[in-house]
Amino acid sequence: MSAPVTIYLPRDAAALAMDADAVAQAIEREAQRHGVAVQLVRNGSRGLLWLEPLAEVATPAGRIAYGPVQPEDVAGLFEAGWLQGAPHALCHGPTEDIPYLKRQQRLTFARVGITDPLSTDDYLAHGGLQGLQRALAMTPQQIVDEVAASGLRGRGGAAFPTGIKWKTVLTTPAPQKYIVCNADEGDSGTYSDRLLMEGDPYVLIEGMAIAGLAVEATYGYIYVRSEYPHAIATLNQAIAQARGAGWLGDDIQGSGRRFDLEVRVGAGAYICGEETSLLESLEGKRGVVRAKPPLPAIAGLFGQPTVINNVISLASVPIILARGAAYYRDYGVGRSHGTLPFQLAGNLKRGGLVEAAFGLTLRELLVDFGGGSASGRPLRAVQVGGPLGAYLPESQWDVPLDYEAYAGISAMVGHGGIVAFDDTVDMARMARYAMEFCAVESCGKCTPCRIGAVRGVETLDKIATRGPQHEQQVHLLRDLCDTMLGGSLCALGGMTPYPVLSALNHFPEDFGVAAQTAAHPT
Amino acid sequence: MPTPQAQPNPPGNAGARGGDQALSDARQSGSPAVAAAARAAARLKDQPGALLPILHAVQDELGCIPADAVPAIAEALNLSRAEVHGVLTFYPHFRTEPAGRHVLEVCRAESCQAMGGERLAEHARQALGCDFHGTTADGAFTLEPVYCLGLCAQSPAVMLDGQPHARVTPDKLGRLLDRAAQHDTGVQP
Repeated sequence: MSAPVTIYLPRDAAALAMDADAVAQAIEREAQRHGVAVQLVRNGSRGLLWLEPLAEVATPAGRIAYGPVQPEDVAGLFEAGWLQGAPHALCHGPTEDIPYLKRQQRLTFARVGITDPLSTDDYLAHGGLQGLQRALAMTPQQIVDEVAASGLRGRGGAAFPTGIKWKTVLTTPAPQKYIVCNADEGDSGTYSDRLLMEGDPYVLIEGMAIAGLAVEATYGYIYVRSEYPHAIATLNQAIAQARGAGWLGDDIQGSGRRFDLEVRVGAGAYICGEETSLLESLEGKRGVVRAKPPLPAIAGLFGQPTVINNVISLASVPIILARGAAYYRDYGVGRSHGTLPFQLAGNLKRGGLVEAAFGLTLRELLVDFGGGSASGRPLRAVQVGGPLGAYLPESQWDVPLDYEAYAGISAMVGHGGIVAFDDTVDMARMARYAMEFCAVESCGKCTPCRIGAVRGVETLDKIATRGPQHEQQVHLLRDLCDTMLGGSLCALGGMTPYPVLSALNHFPEDFGVAAQTAAHPT
Repeated sequence: MPTPQAQPNPPGNAGARGGDQALSDARQSGSPAVAAAARAAARLKDQPGALLPILHAVQDELGCIPADAVPAIAEALNLSRAEVHGVLTFYPHFRTEPAGRHVLEVCRAESCQAMGGERLAEHARQALGCDFHGTTADGAFTLEPVYCLGLCAQSPAVMLDGQPHARVTPDKLGRLLDRAAQHDTGVQP
């Protein structure tokens, strides 16, 4: 037998959900039958999710992509000569040349899909750990300054400047400080945290270690939702190996500095993605939202100063340290610096992860990347930013995706999830769903959210019957949204009105009202 | 498991009542729930914020957190039963009654709705003859809603016994359920 041919086949849940393990078995079987040696590497996902399972064959001309590969395709691929990169109906040529991938700016996701997620050697060979090594030579203040200068803002949705949060923790004296990673990615249409944790867990670990050095915190928690069992398993293995490699522990890389972390598993409560509720949950309590102030940066986990950041925020820190703040800052537009991993979901032909600098438009994402609707029908509404994000009609698809421009149209970029609906969608039903979701997931602490969401469902049910007091019901719905917006303790109650009002304002016909009635009276 | 130093008053540490003697007695209990709770508590109670990890451990072992596990956990953590009950019932993932032999979770969130998720949910109800949060009469399947599995580019998605499945059509769901049911008859006497 000659030298083994390397075949990459993702271990990501997105591939497993399309029978990747059966494909792997078929590859082993066919390789044996043909008497050829193959080395199967279970990598992360490239994020070209409509092609999963996407197998890649390493050839002298680079990695050649084949997908979506099903178990029954494997025999044919061997016969066609895929080990030499031969053409086949499922062949997409060199992976790096696939336009969907080539047009992206992969900074945070630089290694995802390329490396074996658990190989520390792979991580080092692809530029990993350079950020931590540089940080070890810096003072905490210098690290915080570097992150602040990069313009990085919280990628979980709130877009708060990361450097300012870190500075607050650094300058608050305490016997113990914590780094908490919010990996409770519950928003529908978002999966970038999952892809990253399963595809490059070390970059998150490195980012958290750098955060620890920056604010003088020695311990961290990654709070992962229980719906992500594969991410949990991958992180636990990666943390153990990172400890073994001296990237974590009492003496990081022989520096004498200390940081360690562990995974904590959520239990199905959407509200625990809200930072104070997450902290309560980590403390072993009901995930009930805390009033702010005090900010978690001053009194967070167990009452101690705590950096709580989203997965993507923390995973973006290593490249900022490795390449310098200016390198990261130069991507993007206005006050939205760097890149965001947009996640194309719902009714799109080519759903997947698109990491790109801020400033591109929704239309580019939906059409150029997404290829239009999967159903072949016209797209009608697009929800950006998760269940609390607004529904955008086609007239708004050319607004550049940056935090301020989106705030200007009463929408939010949020965590970058984009869910497309075709023209069969009933927007009054989606508005009802938003209220229903809020009612199910409310922690119950504040009245506008706990009661308001229930009343919202009832009111929308009345609107759906087109009863005698139809216009008054619509007016009531607006009043209710106003109360929730202004009176809720956190973003769940406070932002549920975004999908509801955007549906009403942009698609009044679905609510049985004329455009004038739908337009806000004030 | 390394723990941070200088924990300031981590809630959930065993206090005066939750002594090691009580835990060791509980581990000998004839009730599997009490024994499992005591084992989990003995192993995890010194972690800061130990309650969720303990509840996960009990559910992983027994498939649910039976009512008689609650006093044992409360004792170990020096909490009231009401506090443990409050946490247990706050989180949808925790169940107090055993599920069927298989658990089917169908995503009900927006992205799956955009791709016919509601029709799939209806099909699941029909095929199993039970509603969400219910279990089939023969105890084979429990049907649960889930709000996002992170497979939104491949909607609609379901999870069957912890294994994700994407682009699920009613036909594909039928095959998955059949396979699970056959597995039962294959391994059970």
